[in-house]
Amino acid sequence: MENPYLPYPVRIEKIITETEDRNLKTFTFSFINPEHEKKFSYLPGQFAELSIAGKGEIPIGIASSPTEKGYLTFTVNKVGLVTSHLHNMKEGETMGIRGPLGNFYPWEQMQGKNIVIIGGGFAFTTLRSSIIYMLHPENRNKYEDITVVYGARTPGMLLYKQELEEWEKRDDINMHITVDATQDPTWKYNIGFVPTITEQKIKTADNAIAIVCGPPIMIKFTQPVLEKIGFPPERIILSLEMRMKCGIGLCGRCNIGDKYVCKDGPVFSLAQLRDMPPEY
Amino acid sequence: MKGRLFTKKEWDKALRELSKSQKIFVPAKEKDFHNFTVLDNNMEPDFDFQNTRLSPKSIVFPQSERMFEYTLDETSPDAHILKEAPKDFPPQAVVGIRPCDAHAFQIVNVNFDNPEYKDPWWVRRYRATTFVGLGCNEPCSTCFCTSVGGGPFSEKGLDILLHDLGDRFLAKAITEKGIEFLDKIGSGKEASEQTLKKAALEAEAALGKISSSVPTDRLKEKTEIELFDAPFWEKIAFPCINCGTCTYLCPTCWCFDIQDEVFRKEGDRIRNWDSCMFPLFTLHGSGHNPREKKVQRVRQRFMHKLKYYVDKYGNGVACVGCGRCVQFCPVNIDIREVFELMNGY
Repeated sequence: MENPYLPYPVRIEKIITETEDRNLKTFTFSFINPEHEKKFSYLPGQFAELSIAGKGEIPIGIASSPTEKGYLTFTVNKVGLVTSHLHNMKEGETMGIRGPLGNFYPWEQMQGKNIVIIGGGFAFTTLRSSIIYMLHPENRNKYEDITVVYGARTPGMLLYKQELEEWEKRDDINMHITVDATQDPTWKYNIGFVPTITEQKIKTADNAIAIVCGPPIMIKFTQPVLEKIGFPPERIILSLEMRMKCGIGLCGRCNIGDKYVCKDGPVFSLAQLRDMPPEY
Repeated sequence: MKGRLFTKKEWDKALRELSKSQKIFVPAKEKDFHNFTVLDNNMEPDFDFQNTRLSPKSIVFPQSERMFEYTLDETSPDAHILKEAPKDFPPQAVVGIRPCDAHAFQIVNVNFDNPEYKDPWWVRRYRATTFVGLGCNEPCSTCFCTSVGGGPFSEKGLDILLHDLGDRFLAKAITEKGIEFLDKIGSGKEASEQTLKKAALEAEAALGKISSSVPTDRLKEKTEIELFDAPFWEKIAFPCINCGTCTYLCPTCWCFDIQDEVFRKEGDRIRNWDSCMFPLFTLHGSGHNPREKKVQRVRQRFMHKLKYYVDKYGNGVACVGCGRCVQFCPVNIDIREVFELMNGY
């Protein structure tokens, strides 16, 4: 009998410190057994449980794109027992990954649409996965305009800075990077909160679908802006976080009403969320 | 099969004989109450009980289960790699389980054995277990099984149903598994029409002794949000001390936690029963907690049993009316009143 709790052994290939507070690191993993890579077939929006023997497991969104072969990446904020241990681990060390888990962004529904991506802080991980995925030559023509609003508290708190610069230079993606505030005179992008910049830069909801991922406060203030622009709740897509253990809908803790965030989510449309108790 | 009669002496002897080759759980007196215990020569089963203090859920879903083991010894090529903890799942039986508790296993089974995921420990142990029920001649005053799809002689979730006829057991096999088990016990005697009639009358009398009932007919009508926002939750939750007793005693509570434990360089990943009554159950790493207040947690427990489960599976409520939470709640929170409030809202 297949054991859905058993992690695949992986090796840490690379560790990058992403942010100036050194609290966010991006880990690149490779599967120790190549067969497991084939089994780990995923789409952007899904997550996995990172497993450290002796410490436990944590559910983290997959930051790499399925178009990036041979490895998986996760960006992890240092907050608790497992993440603190992980932040002290070294390249070459062995741990585990269990997944892919949960649902993904509505890739079928998104085909032929203008895609608006709105991200805040370190919740940009599965959005990075989505952007890499859509910009891949095999996929780019499936989507119309791609517009990204991404904000962090300061320039030093932005993730994936090198990639952000590369995307800025491209003409097939519209980037609107913003920070809450900065003293840096060389800052050449926007200053302002994500909802404000969204209101300034996104002019139409025609044939568009919005994917929103960020801290609760950002989501709360971005929703009314998107609705004002004209996005119906069916075309506002959100990704939720919840404390999880099993990741497969069995252990009972991550429910909102009769839905489990781990299995029925983490991706929900605003229309779906409005039919669920506001307990998240 | 209509029924086979065994004198209690025969039954006891046959069970003891069978217990040499397979694990058999039986009710036994433990201080002031009964619990299920593995039958061996040093103990006396006691079938003269109303119900066990703890539900028998741990027979399939232990309170603590070793899932995986690993070594942190760097000299081992398998350091840090989890392996399934070796264990086997030989046939076992639980004899004397009350019909409500057997029904509970069916209710929980849809969680652990679903089309997408199979919990390997639950599934293997559940399939290896024969459920030999004992009908309730004398239900408790807090029993309300008949309102929630069960009954004192319900056969739901059972392989065999026993009927206590004083000095004899009338045994009725319900499934193939049950027939096989009875064959191992012995042939007993064919029950006469008169005995069967007497048993049927007694079972009917037991139905009449169920003095509690709860309404469930309108639980589906209201939306989750309507019931979630109902005004009565503060009042229900007010006396609750979040002790979690209800969740540990409940035969349909299945939530669990997963933890790692290490001794020197050897470690285990273990799962333990958990409880939605505790704030840690839902505390995020960020410090945010969607159910930080006790009223939210109390609401979650009742909504899960009487609304979310109902909507998700279309299979009735996740409550079998055993009455344990009613009897043992230290502040007298009564799920029967919650049924009334939710159904009547």
